Amino acid sequence: MTSLAPAVLAGAAAEGGGDPGVTGTLLWVVLPYLTIAVFVLGHIWRYRYDKFGWTTRSSQLYERRLLRIGSPLFHFGILLVAGGHVGGLLIPDSWTEAAGISEDMYHIVAVVLGTTAGVCTLAGLAILIYRRRTVGPVFLATTRNDKMMYVVLGGTIVLGLAATVAANIIGDGYNYRETISPWFRSVFYLQPDPDLMTGVPILFQLHALSALALFCIWPFTRLVHMLTAPIGYLTRPYIVYRSRDEHMGMHETPRGWERVQ
Amino acid sequence: MRVMAQMSMVMNLDKCIGCHTCSVTCKQAWTNRSGTEYVWFNNVETRPGQGYPRQYEDQERWRGGWTLNRRGRLVLKGGGRFRKLMTIFSNPKLPGIDDYYEPWTYDYETLTNAPLQEHTPVARPKSLLSGKDMKVSWSANWDDNLGGSVEHGDKDVLLKEISDKVKMEFDKTFMFYLPRICEHCLNPACAASCPSGAIYKRTEDGIVLVDQDKCRGWRMCVSGCPYKKMYFNHRTGKAEKCTFCFPRIEVGIPTVCSETCVGRLRYIGLMLYDADKVLEAAATPNDKDLYEAQRNVFLDPHDPEVIAAAQREGIPQDWIEAAQRSPIYALINTYKVALPLHPEYRTMPMVWYIPPLSPVVDVVRDTGYDAEDRGNLFAAIEALRIPVEYLAELFTAGDAAIVDGVLRRLAAMRSYMRDINLGRDPDETIPAGVGMTGETMYDMYRLLALAKYDERYVIPTAHAEQAHSLEELATECSLNYEGGPGMGGAGTGGGSGPFGEASGRPNPIAVENFHMLRDRQTADNPVDPADKHKRVNLLNWDGKGAPAGLFPERKDGESGAGPDGTNPPAPSGAAETEPKP
Repeated sequence: MTSLAPAVLAGAAAEGGGDPGVTGTLLWVVLPYLTIAVFVLGHIWRYRYDKFGWTTRSSQLYERRLLRIGSPLFHFGILLVAGGHVGGLLIPDSWTEAAGISEDMYHIVAVVLGTTAGVCTLAGLAILIYRRRTVGPVFLATTRNDKMMYVVLGGTIVLGLAATVAANIIGDGYNYRETISPWFRSVFYLQPDPDLMTGVPILFQLHALSALALFCIWPFTRLVHMLTAPIGYLTRPYIVYRSRDEHMGMHETPRGWERVQ
Repeated sequence: MRVMAQMSMVMNLDKCIGCHTCSVTCKQAWTNRSGTEYVWFNNVETRPGQGYPRQYEDQERWRGGWTLNRRGRLVLKGGGRFRKLMTIFSNPKLPGIDDYYEPWTYDYETLTNAPLQEHTPVARPKSLLSGKDMKVSWSANWDDNLGGSVEHGDKDVLLKEISDKVKMEFDKTFMFYLPRICEHCLNPACAASCPSGAIYKRTEDGIVLVDQDKCRGWRMCVSGCPYKKMYFNHRTGKAEKCTFCFPRIEVGIPTVCSETCVGRLRYIGLMLYDADKVLEAAATPNDKDLYEAQRNVFLDPHDPEVIAAAQREGIPQDWIEAAQRSPIYALINTYKVALPLHPEYRTMPMVWYIPPLSPVVDVVRDTGYDAEDRGNLFAAIEALRIPVEYLAELFTAGDAAIVDGVLRRLAAMRSYMRDINLGRDPDETIPAGVGMTGETMYDMYRLLALAKYDERYVIPTAHAEQAHSLEELATECSLNYEGGPGMGGAGTGGGSGPFGEASGRPNPIAVENFHMLRDRQTADNPVDPADKHKRVNLLNWDGKGAPAGLFPERKDGESGAGPDGTNPPAPSGAAETEPKP
């Protein structure tokens, strides 16, 4: 990445015209790549080191009533939100237009659906956090790591929802597909264009930054359970047969002491 | 024919005295950790009773096990794959902790450090979940010995099935004990329900295990298991279950519950079965035919064809021989006295039970008749429909005729053996009347009544030429696992890895137990020993002077005792403590 940075800067300066400055480069070039690195390597490392800790750490055993409402509300909401982000950030507006969806139509659908999903997510999260704080055993099972994660996750959702509401309901709309989305894609093209982000409303900027922070801490929190969503269940055979492990009992064979055969 | 070997168990319920030794030793061995306080891999239920968790047998409510759909195909009763994934965020059929019980301990510390007062201090129950005072209102065997049956008796799920005939009248009460472990089913619904595919059946011995590294805590297995023998460890967020003590079985020694059973009522051995026929048998249309269907899945280990097929499948010779000597095979197929628990769940369970004759014998004896007489016993089996039908609900999906047959064989054995024991001529019409010969009846008596150790347990050792490192042989350092003892990870002294509780590599349970036990023994406060560093330790005090560690270390700036060992001010709570006269 170090060798990439000068080229990246040169490219940005040549194309964008506007000067992102050192801060802009740090925020919209260095930070995204740092996040990707932490996210990917962090997950690999966690998977290798801590498979045993890779779990949802469900607290349903302690309390059902609130979870029954809050958890599906939050999870289905956030799945919708994630889907919306894929649509909004990854798919260029030229594609949707080619598909015959006008900008206004897209905008209305995105705002209505996005706001609904966002409100559902936020309501679900509120119920879950309320539950976590008020139900004794659930609170007792909450680690500092969880609390930090809740702050970042909640912050990201609130900022995102606030940005949407501020831009569309209070203001008269903001077309992030001309600025944020191309910047987002440019990061993955390895030609990051930080000046696209300089003029973006502050709420969107903060939302993007908190999202980067969320992805940075992601591999080290309980959020990892998302990456092992059991999609394979739909296709695997019902009963799994497996041969006894090489080692017997519960000891793993120490390195260098494997059986010779 | 695809021959597979299954390690299985039979329990002779007539011998169970309900002492719970199996449960306690199992707990000490496997679930003596935080997060598994409520987990009983082995529990003993008094029947009639609600069982553990409460009313687990009500499958209309919990929807565990398998059922047949309209087209007669075998499906999970709790819904298929898609439904499972859609309800993954909040499992609608998961028993809550109140269906088990809220685990607790007692605040014993109060007994020793309470200030002098008029009333004797009491050790209050403290919840192990919230750490707060709680009122104990249920536990794993709250209705032991029909305790509270006046209040709870009607809540037994099976009694409801035959309720028009039975009203828990006290003079008609019967009772027996039902020890339960995981059934290690041939068609396990827990494994089928697991979204992650973490639950697997071992090909060598059929033991059903949870891969702790693959489990993600979706908790569908708990709902899927109709016996509710899947437990959710609420600290690690992973499912745990009875392991059939596989580290012991692998070296040829019986499970902890069997080894410590006071009544010597458990039998362990191999069953050979045809894996290709399992699904077909589980899809038998009529519930009442399931017992027979499952028996047809088992293979005769003496049959040369079966032996040849087993060898083709790579089952070692000593395993085939063990299957031939298996007490399980004898009890299920030769003597036909063992029955499966709830075959109607269609999981093909592999822990079977010899139904108790004692409810019948007790009645005959109590009415003053000869309880060893065949005629009296047979007549009583005919007359005592309620216990027999209750047993049928448990073991044969309601087919009382099968239970009748088993009880008659047991009754016949009683009277046949009495003649022999009293030196009379054996009456060969007795075994003939129940379709047995005198010789098989004597063999059955030998297995059931004498129950020699090496006949009860026929356990071939696992094949790996690495015997010195087998856990239970302990010729190697048992702490010699990767990471070493106390290097963080799951539950070492409640420690947690960098990512919250129980992250890092899991420690062997034996090591985990060691740490837990040590911490518990050195902790004064059972719930949260957070103030450990503030305590007075009298253990090394001989009444003179002040040995190191007697008083807690003082923080800088705190005023206290001089160096001559005079007492520092007592902690605020104990300020009024005075020595008793």
